[in-house]
Amino acid sequence: MTFNIYDFTSFNRWIDESLNSIMSPTWALITEMAIIGIVFLLFYAVVGLFLVYAERKVCAFMQNRVGPNRVGPYGIFQTIADFIKLLMKELVYIKDSDKLLFNLAPYIIIIASFMALSAIPFAKGLHAIDFDIGILYVIAVSSLGVVGILLAGWSSNNKYSLIGAMRSGAQIVSYELSVGLSLLTIIVLAGTMQFSEIVEMQRNGWFIFKGHIPAIIAFIVFLIASTAETNRGPFDLAEAESELTAGFHTEYSGIKFAFFFLAEYMNMFLVASIAATVFWGGWMPFHVSGWAGFNTIMDYIPPLVWYFGKTAFIIWLMMLFKWTFPRLRIDQLLTLEWKYLLPINLVNILFMAFLVLMHWHF
Amino acid sequence: MDNETLKARILELVPDAQQEENKQFLTLLVPSAKLHDLALKLKNSPELAFDFLFCLSGVDYVKQIAVVYHLSSTQHKHALVIKVKTDDRVNPNFDTVSDIWRTAEFHERETYDMFGVRFNNHPDLRRIFLDEDWKGYPLRKDYVDEVNIVEF
Amino acid sequence: MKEIINLPVKDLEQEEYIVNMGPQHPSTHGVLRLVLSLQGEIVQSLKPHCGYIHRGIEKMFEKDTYPQVIHLTDRMDYLSAHINNHAVCLLVEKALEIEVPERVKYIRTIMDELTRIQSHQLWWSSFGMDLGGLTCFFYGLRDREMILDIWEETTGSRFLQSYNCPGGVMQDIHPNFQKKVHAFIKTFKKKIRDYDRILSGNVIFENRSQGVGVLSKEDAISYGVTGPSGRGSGWSCDVRKMEPYSMYSKVHFNEVLRYECDTYARYMVRMQEMHESMNIIEQLIDNIPAGDCSAKMKAVIKLPAGEYFQRVESARGELGMYVISDGNKTPYRMKVRTPSFSNLSALDHMSRGMKIADLVAIGASLDLVIPDIDR
Repeated sequence: MTFNIYDFTSFNRWIDESLNSIMSPTWALITEMAIIGIVFLLFYAVVGLFLVYAERKVCAFMQNRVGPNRVGPYGIFQTIADFIKLLMKELVYIKDSDKLLFNLAPYIIIIASFMALSAIPFAKGLHAIDFDIGILYVIAVSSLGVVGILLAGWSSNNKYSLIGAMRSGAQIVSYELSVGLSLLTIIVLAGTMQFSEIVEMQRNGWFIFKGHIPAIIAFIVFLIASTAETNRGPFDLAEAESELTAGFHTEYSGIKFAFFFLAEYMNMFLVASIAATVFWGGWMPFHVSGWAGFNTIMDYIPPLVWYFGKTAFIIWLMMLFKWTFPRLRIDQLLTLEWKYLLPINLVNILFMAFLVLMHWHF
Repeated sequence: MDNETLKARILELVPDAQQEENKQFLTLLVPSAKLHDLALKLKNSPELAFDFLFCLSGVDYVKQIAVVYHLSSTQHKHALVIKVKTDDRVNPNFDTVSDIWRTAEFHERETYDMFGVRFNNHPDLRRIFLDEDWKGYPLRKDYVDEVNIVEF
Repeated sequence: MKEIINLPVKDLEQEEYIVNMGPQHPSTHGVLRLVLSLQGEIVQSLKPHCGYIHRGIEKMFEKDTYPQVIHLTDRMDYLSAHINNHAVCLLVEKALEIEVPERVKYIRTIMDELTRIQSHQLWWSSFGMDLGGLTCFFYGLRDREMILDIWEETTGSRFLQSYNCPGGVMQDIHPNFQKKVHAFIKTFKKKIRDYDRILSGNVIFENRSQGVGVLSKEDAISYGVTGPSGRGSGWSCDVRKMEPYSMYSKVHFNEVLRYECDTYARYMVRMQEMHESMNIIEQLIDNIPAGDCSAKMKAVIKLPAGEYFQRVESARGELGMYVISDGNKTPYRMKVRTPSFSNLSALDHMSRGMKIADLVAIGASLDLVIPDIDR
């Protein structure tokens, strides 16, 4: 078995062959699916834990404080303590709420982000599903999350939750357009929707440099739209604590609230991964075409480090947004999308198409 | 406008107003029936122009209940105190001035809450601080409450 | 559920949607209950329910002597505690015709202005937090700590000091007082530029506050909305200019007026007032004359029979103390005209036709302190 940190394809093949030699092909397939599922669940949990801690530290840094520093060295076990506390909380059952929908809502959000995350490549070969319509699949599946939010608001039998869920629904559905269109800009540049090919094409330069102006515009629009998609930052009207207590998840307590909380952070991770993959090269190191020596040095850094580094940088940016800006009102939010971002996007796509036709990209 | 001219002007409008002693403001006691008309004229006449009601208080003089209005003018910078009194302690009532000075709406509710003074034609006369079913009017001098008031 | 489905559509649309922003709410800043009648997101009408922190202070006044009354006035508008005390002391001194030493006037004015600055700092912190810029809360409170430390050294208490007493102040200022106030002003002048950069110039903030909650000048006068909220509507109502007391007739300061009548105007008035207050303190802090910190008063204070009224400018607006005395050592009737009570009455008028998010901004721009309303 060769375990190559730069290329996981041989590792995958080894697992596949050993399983196929032990059991029949169907069982091998099912075992592989189970392994991937468990790995993803663990990954989900660990990254979620880490992101919550990171948010608290970044927030503290912005606010001139220290952040968690008691539980464990530098407070790294804080999130575990939080989750144990949430596990032990009483699950408050609401009278007259729709029990099935109430319990189902958090799972829908988690399932949606889970499914989307499985299409993103973490390194060469570390890729759960490699559709040839990768980007389309990711956009489609991540928009299932809004169903969970609406269900949560409706089934809580609470006016505040309903208002919050309606606001959130309107917001997410509007901003999906901008997310899709900004990704479309890159598809025009790349010519393919398959994630692994998009990353391969950035071997001699990331798309944000190759596509210069329209790619930069597309990235900025994507960043704004995806912050709105995940109900974060200046667009967190749905859960505005100072207005509607907690919006659509007011009535959830204990482990169910933990699921919503986790799902928000994983959505942020998902969106940052998409941005990192599509605009900033995914797991591809920073190459400049022509500088062979520089490129080999860059190649020494493992692709996993590149991938997580880029994602972390974008997540850090999104966290800074949240703690700096005041909140937008619902009509201002929708105005931003329909009157500003959407026209900019459409013009940008035309611009990018023109660029590709005239070969004015790098 | 100085106090003498003010007093003369108001005595023209309400001849049976009586002056009370006060070193700071011109204080006039008017009959309660003439209150609303006087208030309208105080606000609307251009040379008086009392547009700012800065204090409305209820007072319980043991035999009478009074309401005191402190008025001032933002244009002419003069001030005035109008008092109305009633001997009826069971059901004291005066006309509202909340249609003239909007601030009186809340202040009159407070006077009703604390003294039991009803204001005729008030848009929404109900208790403001105490519960809807509270019995009695706390700021009256004969208010007895064994539960909430501790006498030393 | 079945009944709702069977209703004709016209009836469903006209149903009033009553939402309660209950006494426990992060942005009503105290125990105030607002019952909103909504149509979608738009507020149709608003009914405030007060009285959750009504303590019967006016009834208690009738049993307390004048020095004891000061401790009660602290607790009404706790962010302008010093100014409330000042009003009572001025009233008693005017009634007894006592002249306080110059030193006392200087100290009282400086403390008043420090009170105004720290009240506006807390207001700014909670305003930013209500609008979603949670970082503002920490920045404002961090700078406010400097003032609270100054107070703790001189008066012994960070909050609710009861430092004024009829005739003067309870004890003389600490030797470090002038040095620390200078240090504070120097630091805060730099920090307040940060405040402007975070909120005042931010495009999201401007969109949330311009054109929101308009209160015309006539309405402001009619509703009795005084203080920075009234000055944001162009009404020149500063008691420090109209009826100067203590040192206000001898210092140079501008009355900050803005004419746009919206939330942004009220916000900018308070930001500018912090600059003006620092200006006043700078003019006074180096020139405090030597002397007694209190005039000679009798042990038992009895006001001559009659009526007395004293107006001062608290951080929220015009505070009026009305005392009817019958010659005893306790007041016969003492009524406090608090600014937040009148400011609250205008909230309904200002928020009709606005959205819920705007209501939060309007309430924050009025700077309501609920114990001031309820007494």
